[in-house]
Amino acid sequence: MPRNSSFIYNQNIRSNVFQVLLVLGLLLGAWWLVDNTIFNLSAQGKSVGFNFLSQTSGFQISSTLGTWVMEYNVGSSTYLDVYFIGIINTFLVAVLGIVAATFLGFAMGIMRLSQNIVIRGFATIYVEVLRNVPLLLQLFFWYFAVLRSLPSRRGQIEIFEGAAGINITGLYLPAPIAQSGAGILGLAFILFVGIAIWLGRWAKKRQYETGQIFPAFWVGLGLIVFGTALVYLVMGQPIDWSFPVFKDTGPALRRGFQIGDGMVIVPEFIAVWLALSLYTAAFIAEIVRAGILAISKGQTEAAYSLGLRPGITLRLVIIPQALRIIIPPLTSQYLNLTKNSSLAVAIAYPELVSIFAGTALNQVGKEIEMIGMMMAVYLTFSLLTAAFMNWFNARVKLVER
Amino acid sequence: MSNNIIIGIGALVIGGAAGFFIGSGNEKIVEVEKIVEVEESQASTLDAVRAKGFIQCGVSQGLPGFSNSNDDGKWTGIDVDLCRAVAAAVFGDADKVKYTPLSAKQRFTALASGEIDILSRNTTWTMTRDTQLGLNFAGVNYYDGQGMMVPKSLGAKSSMELDGANICTNTGTTTELNITDYFRANGMSFNLVAFEKADEVVAAYDSGRCDVYTTDRSGLAAQRTKLTNPDDHMVLPEIISKEPLGPVVRQGDDSWFNIVRWALRAMINAEEMGISSANANSMVTDNNPAIKRLLGSEGNFGQELGLSNDWALNIITQVGNYEESYERNVGPNTPLKLDRGVNALWSDGGILYAAPVR
Repeated sequence: MPRNSSFIYNQNIRSNVFQVLLVLGLLLGAWWLVDNTIFNLSAQGKSVGFNFLSQTSGFQISSTLGTWVMEYNVGSSTYLDVYFIGIINTFLVAVLGIVAATFLGFAMGIMRLSQNIVIRGFATIYVEVLRNVPLLLQLFFWYFAVLRSLPSRRGQIEIFEGAAGINITGLYLPAPIAQSGAGILGLAFILFVGIAIWLGRWAKKRQYETGQIFPAFWVGLGLIVFGTALVYLVMGQPIDWSFPVFKDTGPALRRGFQIGDGMVIVPEFIAVWLALSLYTAAFIAEIVRAGILAISKGQTEAAYSLGLRPGITLRLVIIPQALRIIIPPLTSQYLNLTKNSSLAVAIAYPELVSIFAGTALNQVGKEIEMIGMMMAVYLTFSLLTAAFMNWFNARVKLVER
Repeated sequence: MSNNIIIGIGALVIGGAAGFFIGSGNEKIVEVEKIVEVEESQASTLDAVRAKGFIQCGVSQGLPGFSNSNDDGKWTGIDVDLCRAVAAAVFGDADKVKYTPLSAKQRFTALASGEIDILSRNTTWTMTRDTQLGLNFAGVNYYDGQGMMVPKSLGAKSSMELDGANICTNTGTTTELNITDYFRANGMSFNLVAFEKADEVVAAYDSGRCDVYTTDRSGLAAQRTKLTNPDDHMVLPEIISKEPLGPVVRQGDDSWFNIVRWALRAMINAEEMGISSANANSMVTDNNPAIKRLLGSEGNFGQELGLSNDWALNIITQVGNYEESYERNVGPNTPLKLDRGVNALWSDGGILYAAPVR
């Protein structure tokens, strides 16, 4: 029997027609939404556009890395600067939070599997408490715990003979001031890091080929530290340090750390960073534990029977296999941490939601544009993190032959 | 088998797309529908309020004297009284109000989106808000100004001594801008720590994170009562800004705007004419035609607003006149201890002046 050749029965044509119809439908839907929004906004007497970004912003922002990098000045800086300050501050707390949460999470995850009941018990309590208390509460807890436990503004806890100090207004550290030649120092540092990475690869290759072990980690670290120090001295110390100045005499208002000397890490940042890292670490610990438990016990026994010590077994046999199980859920935790950083608005850390979608939005009132810009930032962060983790996952996954 | 599924899915998609095309195919119908929709959401808050049977009033998350809920969940304050007055005018029952506590940051979005009908949340009337945010200010129910509170131990007598201070405040308010302007104008440096909610500002200031707490002076008086030792703190004498606080409605709904505006004016006019909740019912038959017009026994003023003629009588008997509301919530006999000051009637040396009912 001949096939029915009418075109509605042609599989290709049919599927293509439906897809075109679907795309058209979606486009029309999007157009309808946009058109209606613009219509309603103009009915309310509101204009649409991004001109507000070049307006100057008239409010002060708590000094952080963001205001430092963007050189924020009230009266000349614009709302676009505010946007970038928000992005930098969000990025800073997200990246530092991810690093801290990863280290702590891996440590806790491995501790939960320890034979030692004290270590195991501690890690279990840590995980169960931290992951079962809402993050916002933890944020308040750390913020007010940090604030209440520190000396008042007129006092301080000295660190390194007054080179640094901490009180309720923040952690004061020496600030580096680049002099001529600092660029060369930076280049030298990058060069030494590159050499150390190359050394690590070379050592690994040699170990595969000849079985000889070379302590690449320690040699590399030494090279970076001493090499950079040597260049620093040879270049005539191209970095000046501005030390924090603490006064405990004079009128009450003038006492305490002086504005403009050294650099300050505000307690809001410390609290947000602590809360995000500790909270996410609890989840990462469980992911790590699950990953390790998923590796058959036979692997450990086989390694031991070959004479490998427990530490090396964990590092060279178990973790590499566990990583491919750990990485996908770990990526989700990284994304969660980045997005959770928006809770920092509650305790006055000047991140994106606080200063851009909060203060700035209230002043210019462009809800749709500004919320859209903010969503774009979180989306970009998350997609970049996911892309990096996918690349990493592809590298460590089991090579199937 | 799989062919059947594909055909099934195809039928669904085609059906959906066809429905969509029929729905949006006729441009004119869509245009008309859209305009009607917009008018409904823009132009008849009164009808919507009548249909649902209550007024949704946006208030603060707890500012004693202005809008604050007690242990039973009952809201009080002069901003709350304004919403109650509008409910009394519309429904003849001041209790037909539901409250939405809003942060400073959320408030305008909540109003613009239609989540609330009136924003009565110690909101400063500024030109930007009036012209750019799609809002209308229906009047001023408290003339305020921004001030600064410091611990007495600081030894400061004037805000001019505050160079280098750490200052706590709320995000999303005019206070951030005012304080920045003030310090810039006087060539002083400072560090601003801005929280989302007032309770966190109070807690942070109380713990010593900041030397200064800045907000409207009425707010300082209210928040000071929440500190561990209120007597250890003082409000500095300088007033650094004008903060006319008042109720806000959406732009483009003039009849609703008029109702809110005249509910406030009715309270002020009642004080001026000596009408209070105690004597309002007996004054309906007063000989003074101005009083008769306000209380609805002469003329048609309530119906012109789209309400009943006893609208103002209901406000005064159920909520009281402006003075009663003031004394009950923020006056010298309350924890806030605020004198009438500029908020007295124009005839008493203040600046409260309501247009006449005529």
